[in-house]
Amino acid sequence: MNNLLIVGQYVPTNSIVHRMDPRVKMLIIFFYVIFIFFANNVISYSLFTLFALGSTILTKVPWRFIVKGLTPVWFLIVFTFILHLFVTREGSVLFNLFGLQIYSGALEQGAVISLRFFLLILLTSLLTLTTTPIEITDAVESLLGPLRRFKFPVHELALMMSISLRFIPTLLQETEKISNAQASRGVDFRTGPFRERVRAVIPLLVPLFVSAFKRAEELAMAMEARGYRGGEGRTKLRELRVVKRDVAALVCFIVIAAAALITRDYS
Amino acid sequence: MHAIEFRNVSFRYEEDQPYVLRNVSFQVETGEWLAIIGHNGSGKSTIAKLMNGLLFPSEGEIFINDIPLTEENIWEIRSQVGMVFQNPDNQFVGTTVRDDVAFGLENRGVPRAEMMERITSSLEQVRMHDYLLHEPYRLSGGQKQRVAIAGVLAISPRVIILDEATAMLDPLGRKEILDTVHRVQAEQQIGLITITHDLNEVMQAERVLVMNDGEVWMTTVPRELVKKQTELQQIGLDVPFVSQLAHALQKLGVPLTEEPIDHEELLDTLWTLHSRK
Repeated sequence: MNNLLIVGQYVPTNSIVHRMDPRVKMLIIFFYVIFIFFANNVISYSLFTLFALGSTILTKVPWRFIVKGLTPVWFLIVFTFILHLFVTREGSVLFNLFGLQIYSGALEQGAVISLRFFLLILLTSLLTLTTTPIEITDAVESLLGPLRRFKFPVHELALMMSISLRFIPTLLQETEKISNAQASRGVDFRTGPFRERVRAVIPLLVPLFVSAFKRAEELAMAMEARGYRGGEGRTKLRELRVVKRDVAALVCFIVIAAAALITRDYS
Repeated sequence: MHAIEFRNVSFRYEEDQPYVLRNVSFQVETGEWLAIIGHNGSGKSTIAKLMNGLLFPSEGEIFINDIPLTEENIWEIRSQVGMVFQNPDNQFVGTTVRDDVAFGLENRGVPRAEMMERITSSLEQVRMHDYLLHEPYRLSGGQKQRVAIAGVLAISPRVIILDEATAMLDPLGRKEILDTVHRVQAEQQIGLITITHDLNEVMQAERVLVMNDGEVWMTTVPRELVKKQTELQQIGLDVPFVSQLAHALQKLGVPLTEEPIDHEELLDTLWTLHSRK
């Protein structure tokens, strides 16, 4: 059961990053993603790299786990690098590789783009590694709060997210049950041509949808019986509070980002 | 004062459809345990949904604590009538036990500090406090139902309705739930209504309302009910094993003075009978 639950890949090490306010984490990541595109020299890139690596160390999540988690991304990073190597024609020719000329500018740009890509993925994946999905939901609800003035259904959206999260394991269990039931009646999910296998999914999806709708109806009734009538006048059990460590993290980020923006080349 | 009173209530889903309930009247006293029993489609679950305004009667009136139930006051009524449904999974709203118990409190705008207190005390009442931060998929069906009961207790209702709340549980989970609600009911003097199709489950109740085809078939006490074996079988209910055994013994000429309602009573009657000889 537990191995099915890879959603978000939360690693509970209870580090200082885990205990941070999820809103602060999200804000930092948001601005980091924007500011990193302003970096254009060794100093500014080093500062951003320093911040990302420092944060990763603070999370206490094992490196092995992070590297493994980035497996699908490594391919993209390497691919980007190679593409730049062959396509970009700037600077001086460094050497000849099987008749293709590799320029110094290409090497440089390939490295820079790959680094930027790596840092982006690293820092954003830290969010899900250190924050439970429900904390992210709370943060989204709180950050989108101002939109309520424009009749944007913030509370409903957050509730939908949290109910979906709550039902993921339930529906996974159900999928397993149905797939076993159908397999025992001779439905073959694993072999045969691709089209056949896609068709085999239909007897899995139909009962799953039927039961999901039934669940939804019963859940709606249970919620109504428990006094749910929308976001008006509701209080919340889970409370988000910005404390000293959040302020410290924010200051840290602002200093590094400001330093990077000052030291970048303006020309 | 009646906790709940039905006065000539009839119900049908649409104008052109047959009645699901016909002219149903009964009362539940404060602090009483009433069991409602009937076969599938006898209208017993409709009664449950009428009691807290999930449905409204087509004819007749419903009173909660002597106040008529209307569209205007359903939200107050729902804080007084708590309901536990059949499927343990489909009424678990929160991502953890704590969040789920909090759901009803959040809906009613209870301040956070009070919420924490009420969550703790209601989870302690159902003996689930050790599971405070557990996710629902790590709990058994019986445990989930106990959390559902805690969620209801947290809003301190006057009446708790269990709508087939034990139907999807194994015998152990079933006993767990019935013991829990029985204890809580005795401690807090709240009204308890259990709805079931299993005669074994009505034996602990104080009164029984038997439903058949949308009508009240009879209102009685459990001990009287089990005497009517043939009639019960006719309306599609299984007679408990102890009663069947007692009847068989009586047929064989064993003079049982009183109708036993559980194994222990039958055993007591039998051994005292033997020692009297």
